[in-house]
Amino acid sequence: MEIPYTVEERPDTGLNNSKLGIWLFLASEIMLFGGLFSAYVFLRMGAPDGAFHEWGQELNIPLATVNTLVLITSSVTMVMSWASLKMNEFSKYKLYMGVTLLCAVGFLVIKYFEYTAKFDHHIYPSTNTFMAIYFTLTGLHGLHIIGGMIVMFYFWFPGSKMWQTEPEHFANRIEVLGLYWHFVDLVWIFLFPILYLL
Amino acid sequence: MMVMRWQLAYPETPVPFIGEFLWENGILLPEVYNSLGAMHGTIMIFLGVVPLAVGAFGNYFVPLQIGTIDMAFPKLNMTSYWSYFVGGVIMVASFFTPEGAARSGWTSYPPLSVFEPGQTLWLIGMVFLITSSLLGSINIIVTIVQLRAPGLKWMRLPFFVWAQLVTSFLLVLAFPPLEAAAVLQLMDRVVGTSFFLPTGLVVSGEMVAATGGGSPLLWQHLFWFLAHPEVYVLILPAMGIVCEVIANNTRKPIWGYKSLVYATVFLGFMSFIVWAHHMFMTGMGATMSAFFQTTTMIISIPSVVILTAFFLSLWGGSIRFNTPMLFALAFLPMFGIGGLTGLPLGLSASDIPLHDTYYVIGHFHYVVAPGTIFALFAGIYYWYPKMTGRKMNETLGKLHFWPSLIFMNGIFMPMFIQGLAGISRRLWDGGAIYSHAADTLWLNEVMSVSAWLLGIVQLVFIVNFIYSMKKGEKAGRNPWDATTLEWVAPSPPIAHGNFESEIEVHRGAYEYSVPGRTRDFTPQTEPKKSDN
Repeated sequence: MEIPYTVEERPDTGLNNSKLGIWLFLASEIMLFGGLFSAYVFLRMGAPDGAFHEWGQELNIPLATVNTLVLITSSVTMVMSWASLKMNEFSKYKLYMGVTLLCAVGFLVIKYFEYTAKFDHHIYPSTNTFMAIYFTLTGLHGLHIIGGMIVMFYFWFPGSKMWQTEPEHFANRIEVLGLYWHFVDLVWIFLFPILYLL
Repeated sequence: MMVMRWQLAYPETPVPFIGEFLWENGILLPEVYNSLGAMHGTIMIFLGVVPLAVGAFGNYFVPLQIGTIDMAFPKLNMTSYWSYFVGGVIMVASFFTPEGAARSGWTSYPPLSVFEPGQTLWLIGMVFLITSSLLGSINIIVTIVQLRAPGLKWMRLPFFVWAQLVTSFLLVLAFPPLEAAAVLQLMDRVVGTSFFLPTGLVVSGEMVAATGGGSPLLWQHLFWFLAHPEVYVLILPAMGIVCEVIANNTRKPIWGYKSLVYATVFLGFMSFIVWAHHMFMTGMGATMSAFFQTTTMIISIPSVVILTAFFLSLWGGSIRFNTPMLFALAFLPMFGIGGLTGLPLGLSASDIPLHDTYYVIGHFHYVVAPGTIFALFAGIYYWYPKMTGRKMNETLGKLHFWPSLIFMNGIFMPMFIQGLAGISRRLWDGGAIYSHAADTLWLNEVMSVSAWLLGIVQLVFIVNFIYSMKKGEKAGRNPWDATTLEWVAPSPPIAHGNFESEIEVHRGAYEYSVPGRTRDFTPQTEPKKSDN
C-alpha cells in the first residue's frame, strides 16, 4: 500500500499532504518571526525616545532597496519556473529556477557587503539593542535564504531527474518550495521598513 | 531527583553509595543541586513526557486509530526523531562538561541564565528539541487531516486523536516563540548583546560590561507564551488515553463526546491567552492582571467539562477493574486535585503569597506526575497487547499501581502543607535555615522516603514489561473487546502498512453496549446493515 494523497488532492480537504504540511510549517515560521518582531517592539518601547531611529541611521538604505528588488524579482521568477513546469516547458523551468538561485546569491552578496561595512566601523550586535535585533533578524532571515537556496539547487540540478518519472509530483514540489520562498520574501518586506526606514 | 531528595531530607549529610565518588565529603554541592533541579524539569518535560505522549503514542496510535498505513511524511518523521536524539544527547552530555549542566531552573530566567555556566548547551539542545517537536506535530496534523480512512468523519474520530490534533496545533504555534527566545538568549551569551539585560545591571557588586537597554521581562513573556500551552501539551494526550481506557472498561459510550471535542478545541484556543498568570509577581498593572485572571478562570471551564464527562461516563457502567483502568481511574482525582489547587494560583491576590513556594510544585506535579504519568501508564498497559501481541501481567500490574498511588501522594501532598507554610522552592537545604519552616521540615523526610519507595516500585513495572514480552498471556487482535480501529489490525500490526486490507469506517468510535445487539461492542468497521 502507498501513502495516499501525496500527489493528488484529497477530495474533502482539497489539499495534498505536502501543501498542508508547508502551510503548517509557514504558520510556525510566522510565530517564530512574530516572536522576534514583538521583541523588536518591546525593545523599541524600552529604548530612550528616538534612540532606535538614530541607531538605525547607520544602515545603508540604497543597498537594502536594491536587495528588496532582487528578492521580489526572485519571487516572480520562482512563480514562472513553476508555471513553466505546468506548461510542460522544462528548459524554461531550468532557466527561471537558475535566475531565482542567482537572485538569492545576489541578495547574500549584498548582505555580506552590508555586514562587513558595519564591522569595519566597529558596529557589532553588542553595540546597542537596535543593532542586536538588526543582526538577529537579518541573520535568521539570511539562514532562511540559505536553506531555500540549498533546496532550489537540489531541484534545479540533481533533483530535476524526477521530472522524467513523476512530472506532477515534481511540479507540486516546486510549488511548495515556491510557497516557502514567497514567505522568506515576505519576511524581508516587513524587515526592510521596520529596520531601515522607521 | 532521588539525590536531591536526599539533600532535602538530610541536609549536608553525605549522599550514600554515589556521593563519595562525585563530591568532596560526598555532600551534594549547591550548584550541582541547582543543575539537577533545572535538568529535572527540562528532561522530564522535553525529553520525557512530550516525546512519550506525542512522539511515541501519537506516532504509533494516530495512524492506527484513523485506519491508515503510516504517518503522512515518513522521512520527516525520521528527521524529527534524530533531531530529538541530538537534542537529548546534548542535554545529557552537558552534565559531563567542566562547566556542568544548566542551573538556572527549567524556566531559565535572565539575567541569571545569561551569566551562569552550562546554559549555552541547554539553549542549543532546546533548539534541536523544539525543531523535533515542530516537525513531529506538523506530521501528526497532516496525518489526521489527510489520511483518515474512508467514512471516518470528524465526529467519528476517537477522542485520543482529537487530543493529539489539538496538542499538535499547540506545539506548532507555541514553540516557535520559545525558539526565538532561545536564539536571543544565545546571542546574549555568545555575541554579547543585551536583549535581556537592563541598563545598569550589577552582578556581585560590579557593573556588567554590556550596553544594557534590554529587559528580563521580554524573556518571561516569550517563555510563558510557549510554556503555558505546553501545560496542555502535557495533559491533553493524557486525557485522550484516559478517555479510550474509560470508554473501553466501562463498556459504555463516552459521556458527552461532542462536548469533549468542543471543550478541547476551546481549551486549545484559550491556552494562548493566559500566559501572564505566571507573571503576577512582575508588577504588571491591575488591568493586565484582571485580563489574565479572567482568561485563566475561563480556561478552567473546559478542563472541568472534560473531567466531568469522564466521571459521568462511569455512572451505570459495568466497570472492569484491570490495571489500565485503575491507572485511568486514579488519573481523575489526581488531575482534579492538581487542577483545583491551581485556581488560587490563577488569581493574583492569592498567587502572590503562594508564588515560588512548594505549593506551586505540589500543584503542577499533581497534574503531570500522578496525572499525566498515570495516564501514560494506563496507555502502556492498555496498548501493550497491540504492540507486542501479549498482555502484561495483571498481578504485577496491581502491585505496581497501588504502591505508586500511595507514594505519589506521599511525595506531593506534603508539598501543599510546606508551601502554605511559606517554604520557597529551589532551596538547597529544603528551608532548614528559615525559622518559619521549622514546623514542617519533618515532612521532607516523608516526601523523600516516598520518592525512593516510588522509585523502587517502578522496578515492578520494568520487570513486568520485560517479562510479559516473552512470557505474557497471548492476546489476539482485540483482547479488550474494543471498538476503535487499532484493534482491527493484527497484534503487533504489520510493519509496513499496519492493516491487512483497506479500512472502511461505518460508525462512531464508542458503540459499546448498544441495546439489542448480540455483543456489547460494535467495531467501527462493522457495516450498518448488520445492526439487528
